Amino acid sequence: MICAKPNMLPRRQVLAGILVSPFLALLKVRPAFAIPEKLSLLIREATGGIQPKTGRVTLTLPTLAESGNSVRLKVQVDSLMTAEEYVQSIHILSEKNPRPVIARFSLGPRAGRAEVSTRIRLAGTQQVVAVAVMNDGTAWMAMAEVVVTAAACVEGS
Amino acid sequence: MANARIKIPDSVKRGEVFEIRLLIRHPMETGFRYNNIGQKIPKNIVKTVTCRYNGEEIFQAELFPGIAANPYLSFFTTAEASGELEFVWTDDAGVTRSEQVALTVSK
Repeated sequence: MICAKPNMLPRRQVLAGILVSPFLALLKVRPAFAIPEKLSLLIREATGGIQPKTGRVTLTLPTLAESGNSVRLKVQVDSLMTAEEYVQSIHILSEKNPRPVIARFSLGPRAGRAEVSTRIRLAGTQQVVAVAVMNDGTAWMAMAEVVVTAAACVEGS
Repeated sequence: MANARIKIPDSVKRGEVFEIRLLIRHPMETGFRYNNIGQKIPKNIVKTVTCRYNGEEIFQAELFPGIAANPYLSFFTTAEASGELEFVWTDDAGVTRSEQVALTVSK
């Protein structure tokens, strides 16, 4: 019979549940900068053990890349680029590429501006990290996520 | 066919920061691909790229399979004196190539 529903949930509970459910997602605690462990190891390797701070580095990547075979990347580091203060090296690291180190750039005071652009390959949606090591021994980093529709380096590609 | 395309401004003022753009013709074989008879295509990557300005090294890049085919690089330098920009790159096959471009710096 259609009207016999003794085991069903009370209407009030169901309604309350529906009203509260969208807010449950907000309660999930997510750290603002969750660096995957594999990446944090590579970052330390790149800096020679220094834990880089977030900031001073601007990493420009598209939020969505249709093909992982060629994704344009731009790194800018906030530095005066003088003999006293300059960027020594910039490291580009990926989270899921089979070879996670993408590139290392060596700069110096002669660069004038700490900015490098290139095109990279990405094996799927992932985080990309740029780490800049300064001449004063500090290190700075930036992270960006790229959604890749067709990944590079998959078998047969 | 040229091995690389290099783009610098026609003329720069002394002290000006200008962009250098370099596009190298190279397949950048990752070593992860197979050919049509199932053999692994050997890895062949442009490993290092160096740029010298009148003999002084101003930029060096170490590249890995994560760099797209026909690697493109753009970077900056400060104009000091007229002269030559030299670009040298080496790949896994041991091939080293170089290109030179003349730079005109006005006062």
